[in-house]
Amino acid sequence: MARRRSPADLSYALVIGGLAALALLILVGPVVIVLLTSFTEGRSLKFPPAGLSTQWYEMLFDPARSRAIHRAAGNSLYVAGVATAAAAVLGTLAAVGIARRGRGWARALDTLFMSPLILPGIAFGLAALMYFTLIGLRPSLDLIALGHVIVIVPFVLRTTSASLTQLDQALLESSASLGASWLYTFRRVTLPTIAPGIAAGAFLAFIASLDNVPVSLFLAGPRSDMLPIRMWGMMESTLDVRVAAVSGVLIAAVLALMLLMERLTGLTRRMSS
Amino acid sequence: MAATAGERGWMRPAEWQLALPLTLAFAAFFLAPLLILAAISTFDDDKLARVGFAQWIKFLGDPFYWQVVGDTLKLGLMTVAATLLVGFPLALVFIEASPRWQRVLLFVIVLPLLTSVVVRTFAWIVILGQEGVINQALLATSLAPAPLRLLQTEFGLVLALTQIEMPLMLLPLLGVMTRLDPALRDASQALGASRWRTLFRVTLPLSVPGLVSGCLLVFASSTTAFISQSVIGGNRLVYLPLVIWQQSLVVYNWPLASVAALTLLVSVSACVVAISALGRHVAGGRPGAARLEAARPEAAHG
Repeated sequence: MARRRSPADLSYALVIGGLAALALLILVGPVVIVLLTSFTEGRSLKFPPAGLSTQWYEMLFDPARSRAIHRAAGNSLYVAGVATAAAAVLGTLAAVGIARRGRGWARALDTLFMSPLILPGIAFGLAALMYFTLIGLRPSLDLIALGHVIVIVPFVLRTTSASLTQLDQALLESSASLGASWLYTFRRVTLPTIAPGIAAGAFLAFIASLDNVPVSLFLAGPRSDMLPIRMWGMMESTLDVRVAAVSGVLIAAVLALMLLMERLTGLTRRMSS
Repeated sequence: MAATAGERGWMRPAEWQLALPLTLAFAAFFLAPLLILAAISTFDDDKLARVGFAQWIKFLGDPFYWQVVGDTLKLGLMTVAATLLVGFPLALVFIEASPRWQRVLLFVIVLPLLTSVVVRTFAWIVILGQEGVINQALLATSLAPAPLRLLQTEFGLVLALTQIEMPLMLLPLLGVMTRLDPALRDASQALGASRWRTLFRVTLPLSVPGLVSGCLLVFASSTTAFISQSVIGGNRLVYLPLVIWQQSLVVYNWPLASVAALTLLVSVSACVVAISALGRHVAGGRPGAARLEAARPEAAHG
């Protein structure tokens, strides 16, 4: 614009710019601080760290001294794998089923499937514990995975539905008019188009399962310890600096996976549309 | 299942059948547990022997629990306000940034979301603690004579939740705001409106659908954030999730835990409906936003 900068415009730049800078500081600062703290030489969470060392990582990766953490991490990965696979299949089928349906039942189902994002997870966790106990199912990793499927399926549904709107209806019609069966069309036309959407959704679902607290809190038992719950315990009792090292590993893993998914599926773009 | 009906053409397998497996899973493992939750709240005793509303009467008759419900909803609203205050300006900066910077900013916004909630909560212990970053800075600059108590305060908890929940505000907001036509802003300024006036008369009204989605997600997530609440809030600040956890897994009073869980469910849902209605009212009531879509609660990313 050719307009001169007025005092009002200057105050706009200062206030909006200042608040945005504060937002960035709040978003990024804690991640950086955790990473630095995890390399501390001391036994406390003093910041800046007393000196640099990798002792907490060494202790974390030592199978003898950190067995419980390793077991919890293994459990969490198993549950996330099983729950994500189930959520990807069920979510993709449902997304195709209710796509482009303006009718009442499809909207109602969409609302139902998305509701775990809004309803308090802790209420569902308690409900799941009571329900499984009353119908006589013993606590197990598979039961936790079942609970996770419900709360992570919205991620698959959302990204898959979004990518279905990119699907050209004319492609489906020409495939059909050339004599292809529904299944063949699905495999050769629909699936390749929506695959990046499914992959992005499955990635988000996997992270959400690894990270889940409300369901795991109620369904995890002594024999099915989950990583977030164990980390919570380590933070509650004596502040164990290994939590910083676990955090460092998790941040590095997510960063690597995120860069990979960004390349493969344009992940961040899908998350904000 | 789809294959049997699918031989005759691409539309033939009634597509609703594809939604059937997930519908059944939700009926069996989502709706049924919630019904059980409601049923268990109607028992008088923790052995589930006598039917009655004793636990409801106990919960609703106790001012302490009313206080807890009020504090929980207040925490949600304060977190929404804080994420809006800093999140919306960041979104404004985002939509005027170059594509290159937008990629960087989006990455910075998404990274905390994908970092475990427990890790993010832990980070704030490091920041807010007696020997934490803020206190070290205050002592070093002699702004405070002694370390401030930041953990176990509402201020500390809202600050931590602002970071933990901000991506949930930003993602739906950016989804709506990046689709706004920049020509509208240029036109407003070319006609002589200041940037402030353009913000309040053009950009803000058009962003309402994204704001509503963001507020809903932040409110819902912060009111149920058990670990952040209990670790940063400590035992001095009591919110409904702590009551639910204590009553079910510590005291083993399932009926009272169910009452607390249903109260959380109902009060959060009521606020969600109220926020959506408010958004629809604001979006519909402004001349500049006449052609807006209704502010549908676009539950996006959790």
